[in-house]
Amino acid sequence: MVATTTTTMRPLIENVSRRGFLAGASAATGLVLALQLVPLRGALAAAAPYATGATEMPHGAVNDPHVFVSIDPDGTVTIVRHRSEMGTGASTGLPMVLADEMEADWSRVRLVQAPGDEPRYGNQDTDGSRSMRHFIQPMRQCGAAMRQMLEAAAAKQWGVPAGEVEAVNHEVVHKASGRKLGYGDLATTAMAEPVPPLEQLRLKEAAAFRYMGKGNVPMYDLHDITTGKAVYGQDVALPGMRFAVVARPPVVGGKVKSFDPAEALKVPGVEKVLEIPGSAPPAKFAPLGGVAVVAANTWAAIKGREALKIEWDDGPNASYDSAAFKAQMLETARKPGKVVRNEGDAEAALASAAKVVTAEYYQPHIAHAPMEPPVATAVVGGGKCEVWAPVQSPYGTREDLAKFTGLPMEAVRVNVTLLGGGFGRKSKCDYALEAAFLSKELGGTPVKVTWTREDDIQSGFFHTTSVERLDAGLDAGGKVVAWRHRSVAPTIMSTFMPDPKLQAAFELGMGLQDVPFAIPNLRCENGEAQAHARIGWFRSVSNIPHVFAMQSFASELAHAAGRDPKDFLLELIGPARKIDTKAAGFVDEYWNYGDPYETYPIDTGRLAHVVGLAAEGIGWGREMPKGRGLGIAVHRSFLAYIATAVEVEIGADGRLSVPRVDTAVDCGFPVNPERIRSQMEGAAVMGMSLAMFGEVSFKNGRAEQANYDTYEVARIDGSPLEVHTHIVPHGYDVPAGGVGEPGLPPFAPALCNAIFAATGKRVRDLPISKHDLRAA
Amino acid sequence: MAIALKVNGARHSVDVPPDTPLLWVIRDVVGLHGTKYGCGIAVCGACTVHVDGQAVRSCVTAVGDVGDAEVVTIEGLHPTGDHPVQRAWRDANVPQCGFCQTGQIMQAAAFVATTRNPTDQQVSEAMSGNICRCGCYQRIHAAVKAAGTGA
Repeated sequence: MVATTTTTMRPLIENVSRRGFLAGASAATGLVLALQLVPLRGALAAAAPYATGATEMPHGAVNDPHVFVSIDPDGTVTIVRHRSEMGTGASTGLPMVLADEMEADWSRVRLVQAPGDEPRYGNQDTDGSRSMRHFIQPMRQCGAAMRQMLEAAAAKQWGVPAGEVEAVNHEVVHKASGRKLGYGDLATTAMAEPVPPLEQLRLKEAAAFRYMGKGNVPMYDLHDITTGKAVYGQDVALPGMRFAVVARPPVVGGKVKSFDPAEALKVPGVEKVLEIPGSAPPAKFAPLGGVAVVAANTWAAIKGREALKIEWDDGPNASYDSAAFKAQMLETARKPGKVVRNEGDAEAALASAAKVVTAEYYQPHIAHAPMEPPVATAVVGGGKCEVWAPVQSPYGTREDLAKFTGLPMEAVRVNVTLLGGGFGRKSKCDYALEAAFLSKELGGTPVKVTWTREDDIQSGFFHTTSVERLDAGLDAGGKVVAWRHRSVAPTIMSTFMPDPKLQAAFELGMGLQDVPFAIPNLRCENGEAQAHARIGWFRSVSNIPHVFAMQSFASELAHAAGRDPKDFLLELIGPARKIDTKAAGFVDEYWNYGDPYETYPIDTGRLAHVVGLAAEGIGWGREMPKGRGLGIAVHRSFLAYIATAVEVEIGADGRLSVPRVDTAVDCGFPVNPERIRSQMEGAAVMGMSLAMFGEVSFKNGRAEQANYDTYEVARIDGSPLEVHTHIVPHGYDVPAGGVGEPGLPPFAPALCNAIFAATGKRVRDLPISKHDLRAA
Repeated sequence: MAIALKVNGARHSVDVPPDTPLLWVIRDVVGLHGTKYGCGIAVCGACTVHVDGQAVRSCVTAVGDVGDAEVVTIEGLHPTGDHPVQRAWRDANVPQCGFCQTGQIMQAAAFVATTRNPTDQQVSEAMSGNICRCGCYQRIHAAVKAAGTGA
């Protein structure tokens, strides 16, 4: 397992990214903790541990109750949330699992946020839709251990065998005598009990679950959020804190040639102007550099920045032009690329097919644009560095801060605030590094760096841009006999290494290689592309362009064959089977989101099932009035199966609305159905944003969009307000999959398939807003 | 030159140029952080506060123009956080990340104060200036409707 392929096999957008792709591999394999998931055989078949990719992540998982739980004498149970909260509910969900397993009453549970400390808590990278799927087991184990320790302490106090007592809803009961002890009464003694080894843990039966699978626990921060008390990164305030904004090079790789601070320093409230050194790409998450204005408040800093006179050296990306780059990608996609999957002989089958269908799809760059733009507050002085920031990767941030400041890890602390959205942007800690730099330069003065919305949209880590070209061969009966998918897109790895040009295994494994169709001749290729902007992961990552193309094309083929798109899609998926990736011609080992294939195989039966559920939900096949149409798409990503059916209405004026969406989700054991629903509702809206408006285009190396007026996102009056989520019921025996990301990929193709059904117009170039949808 | 300002019933004297947006005065000078910065150009609604009962975008409202009007932020909407809109928000489990929600709630509170039993379209129109990137619109819509009908 630790061969050279490790980096490509791992979960590892994150591993690759934050440890540096080479160092990361060895660091990760060397740091799997002792308290790991050892397969448990025997008694508890219903809750037998299963292998996940958690152990492959840096610092793995920890299941020690002493790390995660403490009990006050008044009975308050404090649980540590070690993952970041950016809206998925994971930081409520995991403690909820622990509380359920330890029979704690949720109303008496308090949560505290862990700082970045993976050796203590296990992996903290809140991305990859991994929180629940990697930590439900360790959290159950923590909870069960704590419950058994409470029972043991009570039994000892009463002098009765442990088998006679039972923990029930925040107290331990001795049935025979009717005696009871509250968790507060046992606070000290229970903690002194030895932690039971894994093989002695008794997990609860599903029938005894209070919270798991119920959806009855609201987000922990709900009240604070609705009253303005919740503290996001933007809300950190320290005594004596100064406020900074930074003028960054408008072209990635550019730098300051010269600057004149005189006018800026005249702005009332401006105190200091200083240069932040930049770094030529690939620079991981190092700051872009530029000129910082430090002031008494944010507005003064913004005004000061406006008054700066800066001459930039634009560097090698000065001519980056999205239109020209698209043409270049198209050209590449029309030629053979590196073969990444080869089943049968697609070339021969295309050559001899009765009919060949070809389509080319385009995905522009997109920006995360979380409601809270990047922001961080730092104090660096006296040999210490402390940062308060909304970060998805607190420990990675700490490592980067240590390197950046030259301080040892022990001297660096990262405090995690709530995140006002993340979507992958806040896995990249350049903003925290900027704050640390400024505080250090100012001799330890607390500094808050705020990114304006313009900074966020123009200077982020963009989702890649791509061209996907598909060719399919149909036989005389309309059956697909050949499929060839060529993908051309700058890779995320370009942020970490010079000129990689080809997509990494984790990108290929997101909707290109893993096309789940039963087609005898199937070939996937990857053409070269060079990055000219910082490329980063965005919620659901490469699935966005790959699946837009794959699922649009499936519907295009149905049309070519004169068939119903849903029936045709099911036929393409074929019989229920677990795909044998080797037999299916995957050239390199399939990434599988970093999780073991035995636990999470590609199961086409589950895929087909959600197609049926979504179709049934939306009333597939019903008569549609003029201007209305239904579309459907399906995809397995992040180890969950999601089908989306969209009803679209196109007015006579070409205006598009989405009266209804049905999303069917099979994410294994649905731990928190209420948050699964909210994620699906949100994915439909974000899907709408990306499909309708999502585009950051570059001209002369500069992003052309700047704020929500030019980089539009879906608003309430243009969004689907009737999203019906259908969750496939499963028990704990079907391992939990991801939820935060997989709702997104099927939305755009389902929408475009619906537009085609309504108008006969096929949108292949995103965003949709560029197209005239009026009836011809 | 100090500017007098009344926020949530409390008087403040702030020493900033009069063209400073109310948002940054509230956040960085007065020190109330429930009002959020999201765009700075009045297109996202995260900074929504009430000025004499009207929902305004504090990011484009100059503090010098506020005069002796009553500014109410999310912190002052209800002493225990139990304004009907806040309650409706919690009943519907509206938020995901929650960052935009204070602005959404302030917008909704001003709306339901003047529009009883709103239609679906009225709700969508009233809330269309407030962006939620997590996409909680379905629940926002339901919560505003519930608060607006006194349900």
